[in-house]
Amino acid sequence: MQFDSISAFIDMGGYGFYVWLSYGVSIFSLALLIFTSISSHKKIKLQITQRIKREEKLRQAAKLQQAQTSNDNSHNI
Amino acid sequence: MMWKWLHPYANPETSYHFAGKILPWCARLAFAFLTIGITWALLFAPADYQQGDTFRIFYIHVPAAMLSMGIYLGMAIAALSGLVWQLKLADASAAAMAPIGATFTFIALITGSAWGKPMWGTWWIWDARLTSELILLFLYLGVMALHNAFDDKALAGKAAGILALVGVINLPIIKYSVEWWNTLHQGATVSKLGQPSMTADMFWPFLVCFIGFAFLVTALICLRFRTEILNRNSMRPWVRELVTTEVKTHAV
Repeated sequence: MQFDSISAFIDMGGYGFYVWLSYGVSIFSLALLIFTSISSHKKIKLQITQRIKREEKLRQAAKLQQAQTSNDNSHNI
Repeated sequence: MMWKWLHPYANPETSYHFAGKILPWCARLAFAFLTIGITWALLFAPADYQQGDTFRIFYIHVPAAMLSMGIYLGMAIAALSGLVWQLKLADASAAAMAPIGATFTFIALITGSAWGKPMWGTWWIWDARLTSELILLFLYLGVMALHNAFDDKALAGKAAGILALVGVINLPIIKYSVEWWNTLHQGATVSKLGQPSMTADMFWPFLVCFIGFAFLVTALICLRFRTEILNRNSMRPWVRELVTTEVKTHAV
């Protein structure tokens, strides 16, 4: 251990501001990169599921419409 | 013939699952190495006899700077294979690497600045090493912008790939800038072959930090590569199946 006390550790031999600025900015930017990487991965999966659901709905609506028109046609005859 | 084992990895589905397999291990190793390395660097490594405790910035600054160049080289190789052999996955991996490289370049610049102020008396000077590293950041940002500028991903990959390849000229300039020009920046410490210019009690925490950052980079590349594959293959049946089964297992 290179430091006698917590305050000496924070002071970093008088260079505390520069050392903690470096470590702080580095950890913050890496955390941001990790967070955005995970969230964009989740977002693309969500987009794909939503599109699948939308397509499913459209398909069912088309089927329903087809059934109705064929019904109407049988009435007319 | 020799390269036949590589063929399955040209398949996006195989590559997606392969990246998914190594991702958690890289993440765990990165966490372990970085926890040990950063604690060692901050608490147990000795202060430099000239630079005092500012030397602790070294343990982030140098790995970040080395990785910023290493990732660029990887991205350029991927871009070249994308351009020459039309490998879609190579474009996807180049697109995955760009933001990671940009972050490490940014970290190298900021930590260098915060180290330069107490040691050189200035946050920034327009010397060769600092300026060429700043250009590296702009190259990364340009590559990222081009990857996102086109809806057609093949076209985007081509445009970004050409910029990435032109930018390779910057790598030897960064590497040898401290030898070719007069600069405030000190010469090579770690990568000097033969006579090492560092004591062991500084070198080992550096190595642990470097390995930790390298694993972190690998894990992030895997993660972003998977996202790029899904984005480029979102209409494929295997992607639709994969996403639907994942939603079902989460819902249960």
